[in-house]
Amino acid sequence: MRYHTVIIGAGMSGLAAGIRLAYYQKPVCILERHTTIGGLNSFYRLRARNHDVGLHAVTNFAAPGTRTGPLAKLLKQLRLRWDDFALKPQCGSAVAFPGKRLRFTNDFSVLVEEVASEFPQQIDGFRKLVATIEGFDELNLNQQVVSAMQVVSEHISDPLLVDMLFCPLMFYGSATPRDMDFNQFVVMFKSIFKEGFGRPFEGVRQILKSLTRHYKELGGELKLRHGVREIKIENGRAVGVILDDGREIEADNVLSTVGSVETFRLCGGALAGKTVPGDHGAVEQFQHGQISFNESISILDCQPRELGHGETIIFYNDSERFTYDVPTEPCDLRSGIICSPNNFQYDEGQQLEDGIVRITALANPDYWMNLPPDEYAAAKAVWGTKIIDSAVRFMPEFRSHVVDTDIFTPKTIHRFTGHLKGAVYGAPRKILTGDMPAEHLFLAGTDQGFLGIIGSMLSGITIANNQLLRE
Amino acid sequence: MVPADIRKVILNILERIAPDEDLSNLDDSKPFREQMELDSMDFLDIVMELRKLYRVQIPEADYPNLISMDSTVTYLTPLLKDVPA
Repeated sequence: MRYHTVIIGAGMSGLAAGIRLAYYQKPVCILERHTTIGGLNSFYRLRARNHDVGLHAVTNFAAPGTRTGPLAKLLKQLRLRWDDFALKPQCGSAVAFPGKRLRFTNDFSVLVEEVASEFPQQIDGFRKLVATIEGFDELNLNQQVVSAMQVVSEHISDPLLVDMLFCPLMFYGSATPRDMDFNQFVVMFKSIFKEGFGRPFEGVRQILKSLTRHYKELGGELKLRHGVREIKIENGRAVGVILDDGREIEADNVLSTVGSVETFRLCGGALAGKTVPGDHGAVEQFQHGQISFNESISILDCQPRELGHGETIIFYNDSERFTYDVPTEPCDLRSGIICSPNNFQYDEGQQLEDGIVRITALANPDYWMNLPPDEYAAAKAVWGTKIIDSAVRFMPEFRSHVVDTDIFTPKTIHRFTGHLKGAVYGAPRKILTGDMPAEHLFLAGTDQGFLGIIGSMLSGITIANNQLLRE
Repeated sequence: MVPADIRKVILNILERIAPDEDLSNLDDSKPFREQMELDSMDFLDIVMELRKLYRVQIPEADYPNLISMDSTVTYLTPLLKDVPA
């Protein structure tokens, strides 16, 4: 069997690309090394409870019937209905820094009012920044990298407000330490502050279920436990893949969603000395990402709201400046994200049975990847406790209500995504066009550069449309 | 196919692309964009659906012909005249 396209990775971008190709009757096969689908945004079951891996919230929330914006675009392209994802809106979130707190909801005017009351000197600059963001075309795939720190600082002079605006956007999408490409900043600003958060009642499962059901109905093939060992390159073009067990699969095109550096490696020496299209330099100079996280998941004997915790997500930082970088310690205890999946506006009478508090903090991937197996579990527990102890300074006390916990580390993320060092947001340099240094080989997903859950699906769609469905 | 058949084909495609749009009041002489939310991705989809259904190739230079229902039907009539309805 020779496929039109083999897709490496059954995450959001691979599934979305697969749907587009299958819809247009192209023979397509998705290969996934892991035992389950989802990649970074996956799920697992532990001690009779369902857990999500990546997803805290789906960004780019839009109410049913919304006809514009990324979510509407995505649903149209995948021929899905709004109910297939059934996103329920957040209850309200906050950025909590020393002495200041900015609340935001899915109504952007709330954030504008908060900035006006907490930072009255800065509101005019903030409004100008918003105008710049609104006028920016983030979907243009041919743009130069511009420092977001520089652009934002031109409008806002108070470093505290700069940090508070960057904090959620970096935590939820930046592969670059200490700064972001302005394009990525705009994508994240719109998706988090302007559009906001939502979550299906069943979590990421609901989205993945809809995608796979649709993909299979359209005739797409999906193979789990099928790791790709090598992408076959002949005369400068991709002709198929070799599986971990040595079997070969032929294809006219290979679409990789496993990361840029990871994809180069799968090509063996075939790409040595080749240049990455779009002014990125030689393959050898390409860097993989370093930003990764630990997350502690606490199951409570009550709803978080009963303890006075009503926010959907709190982004916190205890220091004068917010530092988004690889920590020297195993985890950075100064800042983090508190997320409670209970705190969404579910339908009347619907609520998750367990109370859940997820706390996420920056982690040092080398420490966690290299830890001897007999020390791993103990280190996870120690740092899990430290992360929680740090976070309770920004939320009501819940530690006596914990009945079960689980913790994941960069090592866990590596297992689900295959990303080197468990880099959650992939490589700092994105390849927006999806072009790779071999013909008929393309890139989608995290390292293509559309961010978030909706963004990752749009990534697969865009590369399928632009590169694989043009005839 | 005669123009009336082609109009039905286009309506079906639009319904698939935008299931939430109400197409019952579509004015055939007015641009689609003025009456419903269609972006460049959606126009490309109309082209791809036509290729999938009838193997008809529409070069990029001809895309402006797809601006309204009337212009689309006029453009497609000679291309689809031998296709059975």
